[in-house]
Amino acid sequence: MKFRIYRYDPDRDAAPRMQDYDVALEPTDKMLLDALMRVKQVDDSVSFRRSCREGVCGSDAMNINGRNGLACITNLKDIKEPVELRPLPGLPVVRDLIVDMSHFFKQYHSIKPYLVDEATPPEKERLQSPADREELDGLYECILCACCSTACPSFWWNPDKFVGPAGLLAAYRFIADSRDQALNERLDNLEDPYRLFRCHTIMNCVDVCPKGLNPSKAIGKIKEIMVRRTV
Amino acid sequence: MVRREATGAHYGLSDWLMQRITAVVIAAYLVLLLGVLLFTPGMDLAIWKALFSEQIFKLATFVALVSVFLHAWVGMRDIIMDYIRSTALRLALEAAVIVALLFYSGWAIQILWGQR
Repeated sequence: MKFRIYRYDPDRDAAPRMQDYDVALEPTDKMLLDALMRVKQVDDSVSFRRSCREGVCGSDAMNINGRNGLACITNLKDIKEPVELRPLPGLPVVRDLIVDMSHFFKQYHSIKPYLVDEATPPEKERLQSPADREELDGLYECILCACCSTACPSFWWNPDKFVGPAGLLAAYRFIADSRDQALNERLDNLEDPYRLFRCHTIMNCVDVCPKGLNPSKAIGKIKEIMVRRTV
Repeated sequence: MVRREATGAHYGLSDWLMQRITAVVIAAYLVLLLGVLLFTPGMDLAIWKALFSEQIFKLATFVALVSVFLHAWVGMRDIIMDYIRSTALRLALEAAVIVALLFYSGWAIQILWGQR
Protein backbone atom coordinates (compact mmCIF):
# COMPACT_ATOMS: atom_id res chain seq x y z
CA MET A 1 0.00 0.00 0.00
CA LYS A 2 1.28 3.44 -0.95
CA PHE A 3 1.74 6.28 1.53
CA ARG A 4 2.90 9.88 1.37
CA ILE A 5 3.95 10.91 4.84
CA TYR A 6 4.83 14.36 6.12
CA ARG A 7 8.38 14.33 7.47
CA TYR A 8 9.84 17.10 9.56
CA ASP A 9 12.44 17.21 12.30
CA PRO A 10 12.81 20.86 13.34
CA ASP A 11 16.30 20.18 14.71
CA ARG A 12 17.67 18.83 11.43
CA ASP A 13 15.41 19.80 8.51
CA ALA A 14 15.21 23.25 7.01
CA ALA A 15 11.68 22.60 5.76
CA PRO A 16 9.07 19.83 5.92
CA ARG A 17 8.94 17.34 3.03
CA MET A 18 6.62 14.53 1.91
CA GLN A 19 8.16 11.06 1.78
CA ASP A 20 6.73 8.15 -0.24
CA TYR A 21 6.46 4.65 1.17
CA ASP A 22 5.19 1.43 -0.36
CA VAL A 23 4.70 -1.30 2.22
CA ALA A 24 3.39 -4.85 1.99
CA LEU A 25 0.45 -5.46 4.30
CA GLU A 26 -0.54 -8.64 6.08
CA PRO A 27 -4.14 -9.93 5.92
CA THR A 28 -4.55 -8.99 9.59
CA ASP A 29 -3.80 -5.31 8.88
CA LYS A 30 -7.27 -3.77 8.91
CA MET A 31 -6.83 -0.23 10.16
CA LEU A 32 -4.58 2.63 9.12
CA LEU A 33 -2.61 2.32 12.35
CA ASP A 34 -1.72 -1.30 11.46
CA ALA A 35 -0.34 -0.06 8.14
CA LEU A 36 1.56 2.74 9.87
CA MET A 37 3.22 0.14 12.09
CA ARG A 38 4.38 -1.62 8.88
CA VAL A 39 5.82 1.69 7.68
CA LYS A 40 7.60 1.99 11.01
CA GLN A 41 9.16 -1.45 10.40
CA VAL A 42 10.56 -0.19 7.09
CA ASP A 43 11.70 3.20 8.42
CA ASP A 44 11.84 3.48 12.19
CA SER A 45 12.46 7.22 12.05
CA VAL A 46 8.80 7.90 11.13
CA SER A 47 7.27 9.34 14.28
CA PHE A 48 3.66 9.30 15.43
CA ARG A 49 1.77 8.88 18.68
CA ARG A 50 -0.38 5.87 19.43
CA SER A 51 -1.46 4.03 22.51
CA CYS A 52 -4.74 2.15 22.90
CA ARG A 53 -5.13 1.34 19.16
CA GLU A 54 -8.93 1.21 19.48
CA GLY A 55 -10.21 4.80 19.39
CA VAL A 56 -10.31 5.43 23.13
CA CYS A 57 -7.11 7.29 23.98
CA GLY A 58 -7.12 9.80 21.12
CA SER A 59 -3.34 9.70 20.63
CA ASP A 60 -3.12 8.90 16.93
CA ALA A 61 -5.16 11.79 15.57
CA MET A 62 -3.74 12.94 12.25
CA ASN A 63 -4.74 14.45 8.95
CA ILE A 64 -5.62 11.54 6.66
CA ASN A 65 -6.04 12.47 2.98
CA GLY A 66 -6.95 16.00 4.03
CA ARG A 67 -9.34 15.05 6.80
CA ASN A 68 -8.65 14.77 10.52
CA GLY A 69 -9.25 11.37 12.07
CA LEU A 70 -7.87 8.61 14.25
CA ALA A 71 -5.56 6.21 12.42
CA CYS A 72 -6.61 3.29 14.64
CA ILE A 73 -10.29 3.41 13.67
CA THR A 74 -9.84 4.43 10.03
CA ASN A 75 -10.48 1.35 7.92
CA LEU A 76 -7.89 0.82 5.17
CA LYS A 77 -10.71 -0.12 2.79
CA ASP A 78 -12.18 3.38 3.07
CA ILE A 79 -9.12 5.42 2.12
CA LYS A 80 -7.70 6.24 -1.29
CA GLU A 81 -4.09 5.51 -2.28
CA PRO A 82 -1.56 7.02 -1.96
CA VAL A 83 -2.65 7.75 1.58
CA GLU A 84 -1.43 11.24 2.41
CA LEU A 85 -0.69 11.63 6.11
CA ARG A 86 0.02 14.97 7.70
CA PRO A 87 0.10 16.19 11.30
CA LEU A 88 -3.04 17.85 12.68
CA PRO A 89 -3.20 21.28 11.04
CA GLY A 90 -2.68 24.51 12.94
CA LEU A 91 -0.50 23.21 15.78
CA PRO A 92 3.32 23.41 15.94
CA VAL A 93 5.00 20.22 14.72
CA VAL A 94 7.27 18.48 17.22
CA ARG A 95 8.31 15.84 14.71
CA ASP A 96 6.64 14.20 11.68
CA LEU A 97 3.03 13.46 12.71
CA ILE A 98 3.49 14.56 16.32
CA VAL A 99 2.17 18.01 17.20
CA ASP A 100 2.58 20.20 20.26
CA MET A 101 -0.88 20.20 21.87
CA SER A 102 -0.08 22.84 24.55
CA HIS A 103 -2.52 25.44 23.18
CA PHE A 104 -5.22 22.80 22.90
CA PHE A 105 -4.85 21.63 26.50
CA LYS A 106 -4.43 25.19 27.80
CA GLN A 107 -7.84 26.01 26.36
CA TYR A 108 -9.28 22.82 27.81
CA HIS A 109 -7.94 23.69 31.28
CA SER A 110 -9.24 27.25 31.00
CA ILE A 111 -12.86 26.08 31.17
CA LYS A 112 -12.25 24.30 34.51
CA PRO A 113 -13.02 20.75 33.38
CA TYR A 114 -14.13 19.49 36.78
CA LEU A 115 -17.23 19.74 38.95
CA VAL A 116 -17.27 22.78 41.21
CA ASP A 117 -19.22 22.39 44.45
CA GLU A 118 -18.02 24.24 47.54
CA ALA A 119 -20.65 22.66 49.82
CA THR A 120 -19.64 19.96 52.30
CA PRO A 121 -19.63 16.67 50.45
CA PRO A 122 -22.48 14.32 51.39
CA GLU A 123 -21.62 11.06 53.13
CA LYS A 124 -22.39 9.07 50.01
CA GLU A 125 -22.09 10.19 46.39
CA ARG A 126 -23.85 13.24 44.92
CA LEU A 127 -26.93 11.75 43.36
CA GLN A 128 -28.29 12.60 39.95
CA SER A 129 -31.64 11.66 38.45
CA PRO A 130 -31.54 9.51 35.30
CA ALA A 131 -32.97 12.48 33.36
CA ASP A 132 -30.18 14.79 34.61
CA ARG A 133 -27.61 12.15 33.78
CA GLU A 134 -29.03 11.87 30.25
CA GLU A 135 -28.15 15.55 29.68
CA LEU A 136 -24.49 14.54 29.65
CA ASP A 137 -24.84 12.03 26.81
CA GLY A 138 -22.98 13.20 23.72
CA LEU A 139 -20.76 15.42 25.91
CA TYR A 140 -18.78 13.21 28.26
CA GLU A 141 -17.58 10.83 25.51
CA CYS A 142 -14.96 13.30 24.20
CA ILE A 143 -11.47 11.77 24.21
CA LEU A 144 -9.58 15.05 23.57
CA CYS A 145 -7.95 13.82 20.37
CA ALA A 146 -8.05 17.41 19.00
CA CYS A 147 -9.42 16.35 15.59
CA CYS A 148 -12.20 18.94 15.93
CA SER A 149 -10.27 21.95 17.21
CA THR A 150 -7.52 21.50 14.61
CA ALA A 151 -10.15 21.31 11.85
CA CYS A 152 -11.65 24.63 12.97
CA PRO A 153 -10.55 27.76 11.05
CA SER A 154 -11.45 29.93 14.04
CA PHE A 155 -9.05 27.86 16.15
CA TRP A 156 -6.34 28.14 13.47
CA TRP A 157 -6.56 31.95 13.55
CA ASN A 158 -6.82 32.34 17.35
CA PRO A 159 -5.60 29.20 19.18
CA ASP A 160 -4.45 31.38 22.09
CA LYS A 161 -7.83 33.09 22.59
CA PHE A 162 -10.60 30.91 21.13
CA VAL A 163 -11.49 27.97 23.39
CA GLY A 164 -12.20 25.78 20.35
CA PRO A 165 -14.84 23.10 19.81
CA ALA A 166 -13.30 20.49 22.15
CA GLY A 167 -12.96 22.99 25.00
CA LEU A 168 -16.46 24.36 24.47
CA LEU A 169 -17.97 20.88 24.34
CA ALA A 170 -16.26 20.17 27.67
CA ALA A 171 -17.46 23.54 29.00
CA TYR A 172 -21.03 22.63 28.18
CA ARG A 173 -20.54 19.17 29.69
CA PHE A 174 -20.07 20.93 33.09
CA ILE A 175 -22.66 23.65 32.43
CA ALA A 176 -25.19 20.89 31.75
CA ASP A 177 -24.26 18.90 34.87
CA SER A 178 -26.93 19.19 37.58
CA ARG A 179 -24.27 18.63 40.28
CA ASP A 180 -22.14 21.61 39.25
CA GLN A 181 -22.59 24.81 41.29
CA ALA A 182 -20.59 27.26 39.18
CA LEU A 183 -22.94 27.88 36.24
CA ASN A 184 -22.68 31.68 36.32
CA GLU A 185 -18.91 31.71 36.72
CA ARG A 186 -18.66 29.33 33.78
CA LEU A 187 -20.85 31.58 31.61
CA ASP A 188 -18.87 34.69 32.69
CA ASN A 189 -15.68 32.87 31.77
CA LEU A 190 -16.99 32.21 28.25
CA GLU A 191 -18.84 35.44 27.48
CA ASP A 192 -16.17 36.96 25.34
CA PRO A 193 -15.88 37.82 21.64
CA TYR A 194 -12.87 35.50 21.35
CA ARG A 195 -13.40 32.68 23.81
CA LEU A 196 -16.88 31.69 22.62
CA PHE A 197 -18.04 33.97 19.85
CA ARG A 198 -15.23 33.15 17.39
CA CYS A 199 -17.38 30.13 16.58
CA HIS A 200 -19.17 30.93 13.32
CA THR A 201 -20.89 27.53 13.15
CA ILE A 202 -18.63 26.31 10.35
CA MET A 203 -19.24 22.78 11.70
CA ASN A 204 -15.94 21.23 10.59
CA CYS A 205 -15.80 19.94 14.17
CA VAL A 206 -19.00 17.93 13.75
CA ASP A 207 -17.80 16.67 10.39
CA VAL A 208 -14.53 15.19 11.68
CA CYS A 209 -15.30 14.04 15.25
CA PRO A 210 -14.27 10.36 15.35
CA LYS A 211 -16.68 9.80 18.26
CA GLY A 212 -19.64 11.30 16.39
CA LEU A 213 -20.08 14.15 18.87
CA ASN A 214 -21.57 17.55 18.05
CA PRO A 215 -19.62 20.51 19.49
CA SER A 216 -21.66 22.98 17.38
CA LYS A 217 -24.84 21.89 19.14
CA ALA A 218 -23.18 22.24 22.55
CA ILE A 219 -21.95 25.73 21.62
CA GLY A 220 -25.49 26.61 20.53
CA LYS A 221 -26.79 25.49 23.91
CA ILE A 222 -24.22 27.64 25.75
CA LYS A 223 -25.42 30.63 23.72
CA GLU A 224 -29.02 29.71 24.46
CA ILE A 225 -28.36 29.71 28.22
CA MET A 226 -26.58 33.06 27.89
CA VAL A 227 -29.58 34.49 26.04
CA ARG A 228 -31.88 33.22 28.79
CA ARG A 229 -29.84 34.88 31.53
CA THR A 230 -29.54 38.16 29.60
CA VAL A 231 -32.88 38.74 27.88
CA MET B 1 7.15 44.42 27.99
CA VAL B 2 6.08 40.80 27.82
CA ARG B 3 3.07 40.51 25.56
CA ARG B 4 0.39 38.53 27.39
CA GLU B 5 -2.84 37.62 25.67
CA ALA B 6 -5.84 38.74 27.69
CA THR B 7 -9.42 37.63 27.13
CA GLY B 8 -12.61 38.38 29.01
CA ALA B 9 -14.04 41.45 27.25
CA HIS B 10 -17.51 40.33 28.40
CA TYR B 11 -19.39 41.21 25.26
CA GLY B 12 -20.38 39.28 22.21
CA LEU B 13 -23.78 37.88 23.08
CA SER B 14 -25.70 41.01 22.05
CA ASP B 15 -23.80 41.23 18.76
CA TRP B 16 -24.44 37.57 18.04
CA LEU B 17 -28.15 38.04 18.83
CA MET B 18 -28.31 41.22 16.76
CA GLN B 19 -26.84 39.44 13.74
CA ARG B 20 -29.54 36.78 13.98
CA ILE B 21 -32.43 39.18 14.54
CA THR B 22 -31.36 41.52 11.73
CA ALA B 23 -31.07 38.48 9.45
CA VAL B 24 -34.76 37.76 10.10
CA VAL B 25 -35.69 41.39 9.37
CA ILE B 26 -33.71 41.37 6.11
CA ALA B 27 -35.30 38.07 5.06
CA ALA B 28 -38.80 39.41 5.85
CA TYR B 29 -38.16 42.57 3.82
CA LEU B 30 -36.84 40.56 0.88
CA VAL B 31 -39.97 38.40 0.93
CA LEU B 32 -42.09 41.57 1.03
CA LEU B 33 -40.19 43.13 -1.87
CA LEU B 34 -40.32 39.91 -3.89
CA GLY B 35 -44.07 39.70 -3.20
CA VAL B 36 -44.57 43.26 -4.44
CA LEU B 37 -42.52 42.62 -7.57
CA LEU B 38 -44.27 39.31 -8.37
CA PHE B 39 -47.82 40.33 -7.60
CA THR B 40 -47.91 43.83 -9.13
CA PRO B 41 -48.99 43.43 -12.74
CA GLY B 42 -47.41 45.86 -15.19
CA MET B 43 -44.81 47.16 -12.74
CA ASP B 44 -43.32 50.38 -14.10
CA LEU B 45 -41.56 53.49 -12.81
CA ALA B 46 -44.85 55.21 -11.92
CA ILE B 47 -46.02 52.32 -9.72
CA TRP B 48 -42.52 52.00 -8.23
CA LYS B 49 -42.51 55.75 -7.37
CA ALA B 50 -46.01 55.55 -5.92
CA LEU B 51 -44.91 52.61 -3.79
CA PHE B 52 -41.97 54.57 -2.40
CA SER B 53 -44.11 57.62 -1.72
CA GLU B 54 -45.91 55.61 0.98
CA GLN B 55 -44.42 56.49 4.40
CA ILE B 56 -44.90 52.92 5.65
CA PHE B 57 -42.94 51.50 2.72
CA LYS B 58 -40.17 54.07 3.21
CA LEU B 59 -39.98 53.15 6.89
CA ALA B 60 -39.93 49.42 6.16
CA THR B 61 -37.14 49.98 3.64
CA PHE B 62 -35.21 52.08 6.14
CA VAL B 63 -35.57 49.45 8.88
CA ALA B 64 -34.36 46.78 6.44
CA LEU B 65 -31.37 48.91 5.39
CA VAL B 66 -30.39 49.66 9.00
CA SER B 67 -30.64 45.91 9.65
CA VAL B 68 -28.26 45.31 6.75
CA PHE B 69 -25.81 47.85 8.21
CA LEU B 70 -25.95 46.35 11.73
CA HIS B 71 -25.62 42.85 10.27
CA ALA B 72 -22.67 44.02 8.19
CA TRP B 73 -21.03 45.58 11.24
CA VAL B 74 -20.98 42.29 13.15
CA GLY B 75 -19.81 40.38 10.07
CA MET B 76 -17.10 42.88 9.14
CA ARG B 77 -15.83 43.01 12.71
CA ASP B 78 -15.66 39.21 12.78
CA ILE B 79 -13.59 39.19 9.59
CA ILE B 80 -11.29 41.92 10.92
CA MET B 81 -10.86 40.10 14.25
CA ASP B 82 -10.02 36.85 12.47
CA TYR B 83 -7.54 38.15 9.92
CA ILE B 84 -6.01 41.44 11.10
CA ARG B 85 -3.26 40.90 13.67
CA SER B 86 -2.13 44.45 14.43
CA THR B 87 -4.27 46.16 17.08
CA ALA B 88 -3.71 49.62 15.54
CA LEU B 89 -4.69 48.48 12.04
CA ARG B 90 -7.64 46.53 13.44
CA LEU B 91 -8.95 49.55 15.35
CA ALA B 92 -8.48 51.78 12.29
CA LEU B 93 -10.36 49.34 10.04
CA GLU B 94 -13.18 48.87 12.55
CA ALA B 95 -13.53 52.66 12.86
CA ALA B 96 -13.54 52.95 9.06
CA VAL B 97 -16.35 50.38 8.84
CA ILE B 98 -18.40 52.27 11.45
CA VAL B 99 -17.90 55.59 9.65
CA ALA B 100 -18.83 54.02 6.31
CA LEU B 101 -21.99 52.43 7.76
CA LEU B 102 -23.02 55.74 9.39
CA PHE B 103 -22.43 57.41 6.03
CA TYR B 104 -24.64 54.81 4.32
CA SER B 105 -27.37 55.34 6.93
CA GLY B 106 -27.43 59.08 6.22
CA TRP B 107 -27.39 58.36 2.51
CA ALA B 108 -30.33 55.98 2.89
CA ILE B 109 -32.34 58.73 4.65
CA GLN B 110 -31.45 61.15 1.87
CA ILE B 111 -32.56 58.72 -0.83
CA LEU B 112 -35.80 57.76 0.90
CA TRP B 113 -36.95 61.13 2.22
CA GLY B 114 -34.91 63.65 0.24
CA GLN B 115 -36.32 66.07 -2.35
CA ARG B 116 -36.28 64.82 -5.89
